[in-house]
Formats: sequence, structure tokens, C-alpha cells
Amino acid sequence: MLELNGVHKRFGGLHAVDDVSFTVQPGTIKAVIGPNGAGKTTLFNLIAGNLPLSSGSIHFRGREIQGWKPHQTAALGMSRTFQNIKLFHAMTALETVMVGRHIRSRAGFVAGMLHLPRTWKEEREIRTRSMELLELLEIAEYADTEATSLAFGQQRAVELARALATEPKLLLLDEPAAGLNIYETAEVARLITRIRDMGITVLLVEHDMSLVMDISDEIVVLSFGCKIAEGEPLAIQQNPEVIKIYLGEEEAA
Amino acid sequence: MKFSKILPIAVLVVLVIAIQLLTRATETTYYLTQLTMSAYYALVVIGLSVLMGYAGQISLGHAAFFAIGGYLSAALTTHNLVALQDNPLVQQLGSLGILVYGQDMYGEQLLTVAPWPACLFAVLVVALIAVILGVPVLKLKGHYLAMATLGFGIIIFRIALATEYFGEADGISEVPGFVLLPAFAGLPALTVSGDFGHRAENYYIAWAMLIIGMVLLLNLIDSRVGRALRSIHGSEEAAEAIGVNTARLKLSVFVLSAVFAALAGVFLTHYNGGIGPSEASVMKSVRYVALVAVGGMANLWGVLIMGVTLTFLSLRGVFGSYDDAVFGGILILVMLFAPDGILSIRGKALFARLKKNNNA
Repeated sequence: MLELNGVHKRFGGLHAVDDVSFTVQPGTIKAVIGPNGAGKTTLFNLIAGNLPLSSGSIHFRGREIQGWKPHQTAALGMSRTFQNIKLFHAMTALETVMVGRHIRSRAGFVAGMLHLPRTWKEEREIRTRSMELLELLEIAEYADTEATSLAFGQQRAVELARALATEPKLLLLDEPAAGLNIYETAEVARLITRIRDMGITVLLVEHDMSLVMDISDEIVVLSFGCKIAEGEPLAIQQNPEVIKIYLGEEEAA
Repeated sequence: MKFSKILPIAVLVVLVIAIQLLTRATETTYYLTQLTMSAYYALVVIGLSVLMGYAGQISLGHAAFFAIGGYLSAALTTHNLVALQDNPLVQQLGSLGILVYGQDMYGEQLLTVAPWPACLFAVLVVALIAVILGVPVLKLKGHYLAMATLGFGIIIFRIALATEYFGEADGISEVPGFVLLPAFAGLPALTVSGDFGHRAENYYIAWAMLIIGMVLLLNLIDSRVGRALRSIHGSEEAAEAIGVNTARLKLSVFVLSAVFAALAGVFLTHYNGGIGPSEASVMKSVRYVALVAVGGMANLWGVLIMGVTLTFLSLRGVFGSYDDAVFGGILILVMLFAPDGILSIRGKALFARLKKNNNA
């Protein structure tokens, strides 16, 4: 599904991501963890195409996506959420999710201005599919509420629905549990597993260890931009290097 | 179309007809002249509203698009090509029916480009310029985009002011009217012209243009493309991440709004019988931005109502010599007290805002 080969990103003299390689198998949940400043978000931005690589390569569904714009990788089936939620001001929850159907629909400027009959069916389809996603995420009752005025957890759900509306093959989740309480986190865990069971591959970056350990099929550990371990949750928990760098640090704190 | 969308349009149509009948009954048809001009200016403003309010991209150069449209059409339909009539290119254009012979007021023979092809050419050139300008400058955001479009506006203003072909400070006059639709199946011909005899007819042409433009834009913002435009305003990064080609959409809406401005420029120039450099001035661009702001940015109806009303008052000379100052003042007051537009103000909310600002 996704293959990183010697991915490297320099900001001036800082090696934010240093020679990281791993693959994400289709139909799995993979997590990237690491202490603050380990380069997780940078890695995410590299994969999503928001930042250019310094060297190395990223293949998505067998295609080298170096230099692609985010909207191009989105069309190929990659979608993402953001750590600091990015919703659209002055749009309802439903409309926000409907934008997610953009690449799976076609009506252009002229068809839109004339409201041509052939766009009606497409509009109906967009609306129904989006509504289904809101129901899946249990926020259908807020469909006509302005998305930015919803509670934090609901905003995350809208963002997730929007990402799912693009019918992704690979879903990138940037700290999906950030700012959520323990119950909401458990809810998110359940949801991510369900998304995986729908056949969507998930790659997530996360701080919350309980979430990661519970749901991940595989974990990559980053520290100062380097990959220091990769494996199943149990193996990661017992890896002395990881305990020293990551878990040990938490104990000290 | 949904009923809730048709109703205001129907009310507007009735209002437009009622006003014309009223001016005829009270023998105040002179109002129609300013109402016609207001409709054309409002056409620029609603196009700009979609660019600014919905897609979130500011332009301080829209007077330039208006002026390029008006100037090109005016120049082509007034410059005498008789001296060049042996030129093969001119002959070729003539054989395509693009040129017309006429006479000026002194009885001299005139050979000019026919108004229809001239208008079409002018609008196409504006669209092309919008593409050429838009590709680089729409990569900019916020203040930087405002400054880049402002620079473009200044360049066009100076070109209009300094080029002999465009009449320098005098602008271009004696621009002919043109037959929009020939007489057909018993219906009279529609002529865009400022002659007194065509007054009511032109009032209806202008308002029909505005209403059609309004319907198109209302449809657009409530469509797949419209949602994508609004998402760009909300978060360009998120829009891009879910597959919206933000660069292309921004360019398309920029060109669309430029074409609205160009159409208004072309029609108003043929209606007025001329155009001067003040139409290209930066103050005109600022005025359009002020009208979009006072109407509520992402509120097409608010923008249309405020655009028509304030332009009408301005054209009636209500603001006297302080005309530009009034629009500058409006811009400041709207930004301070009613960022969602004048029509969104409720008395209480205004006081609450004042109090909050004082506390801050």
C-alpha cells in the first residue's frame, strides 16, 4: 500500500526525518510513535505531499508520489485528518463532508451555474453518501449545524467523515485522540478498528500509548528523526531501546 | 431550483418592473439612467463577491478588468480603419463580416469593428489577461495577493491614461450603441444605447443581465464547485488534502469574476457612449471591494442590494465631491463594526460589539 525508502528531510542543518524506511501492508493499522519532536508530523506531511523530500522515495499503490500535489495523491486514494482540526468556516457538518465527495463527482463550473439536470442525480448521490457517513460516525443529528461550532470530539468526527467521503484506500490520522478524554479515546479506537474492517488501510501518528497499543497491527518508533524500532505492539513494549528512549522518558517525567 | 431560491428572484423581477412603471407614471424616467448604470456596477460586485466572499481571494484590481473590457470594445468600435482598408488583414476581417462602414458626425466615412465581435473580443482578452495574471498571483495569500492585484490595477490605469490609442486623459467617446438582439418574430430589436428613446429598454437589458448573473452565481455557490470554493476559503490545506485542486479552482473563479467585470464594462461603455480613465482607477477597485464588504462578503443578496443602493446614491450625486471618501469611510466602518455586512447588523449586537471593542 505505502512504501517509504530512505526518506530524508532536512530543515537547514536539522535532520527532521533521517533515513526512515518502512512499509504499510494493505488492510492493517500502522502507528508511528515517538517523543515530541521526533519528526512524526514532518513524516506525515512528507507522505501527504505537503512537504518535498530531501532524498529517498515514497511509493503509494505502486506509484512514486514524489512531487505530487496533495490533491493528486488524494485522487489516488490517500486522505488525511489534521492534528489541529481544519474544518471549513461557515459550512455545515453535512456540507463539509460533501466537499469530501469532490474527487468522486464531476459537475463543473458551467453545469453548476446552470444546475443542469444531469447534476441533480450526482448532487443527490453526494448528499446521501455524506449523510450515511455522518450516521456512521453518529453525528447525523448535527448535519445542519455549522461544523466549527460543534464540540471538539464532534469536530474530529466531522473531519474523519470528510476524509472517508473521498473513499480512501489509505487514511492518514494525525493524532486522532489529541484533546479527547479517556471515553472519547476508546470511542475513537473502536471507530478506527471499524474503518480498518471496512478495508481501509490506516496509518496514524499518536501520543496516546493506550490507543496505539490496543489497535495497531504494527508500530514504528521514531526518535530524533530516526527509526529505532518497528514491530508488533507487544514486541515494541518489550524493546529495551524503546523503553529507554520513549517509555523511560515518561517514567522520569 | 428550490422555492426558497426562486422567491427572492421573483420579488426582484417584480420590483424591477414596478419601478419602471412607477417612473413612467410619475414622469421621473431620468432615474432609470442611474438605475441602469447601478445594475452594471452591481454585476461587477456580485462577481467579486464570489471571488472574495466565497473563495476568499481578494482582488484590488477589478476596476482594471472592467476598464480593459470597456476600453477595448470602445477603441475597436471607434477607431477608423479606412486608411488601412487595403491592408490584407483588414480586408480579411472585412470579408468575415467583422467590420462595418459608417459615417461620423461630419459625414466622413468610417470603417470600424462591428460592436458584437468587438465586445466578444474584449471579454475574451480580459479572460486571457485574468489567466496570465492569475497563475502567478493566486499563489499569494492575503495582503500579498491584495498588493499584487493592486499593482496590476495601477499598471492598467497608467496605460489607459498614457496611451494615445485609448484617448489618454480624455478617454474614448462617441462609442456607438449596438444591437444586442435583432428584431425577431414580432419582437422589437434590443439595442444597448444611451439614447433617450432606448431608456426603458436599456434599463431592462441591464437588469436582465444582473438577474441572470445572479441566478448563475447563486446556482454556482450551491453546487459541487461552489462547496469546493467555500472550502478553499475555510482551509486551503484541508481542501487540497481531500482532493480539491485549489490552484485551478482559484484561477477559474478569478477568471469568472473578471469576465463579469468585463461584461459590465463593455455594456456600460456602449450604454454611456464612452469610457474614461477614472473607470480604471484604484479608487474604483477599492469601491468594489467596499461594496462587497458592506454587503456581507459571502452574501450575494446583501452584496447586490448594497451594490445597487450605494452606487445609485453615488451616481445621483448624494455624496457630492466626497464620493470616494464616503466609500473609504464605509470600508473602515464595515471592517470595525459589521464584518458580516450592514444587513447583518442588529442594534443590540452592534452595541455589544462596541462594548467588547472598548473593553479590549
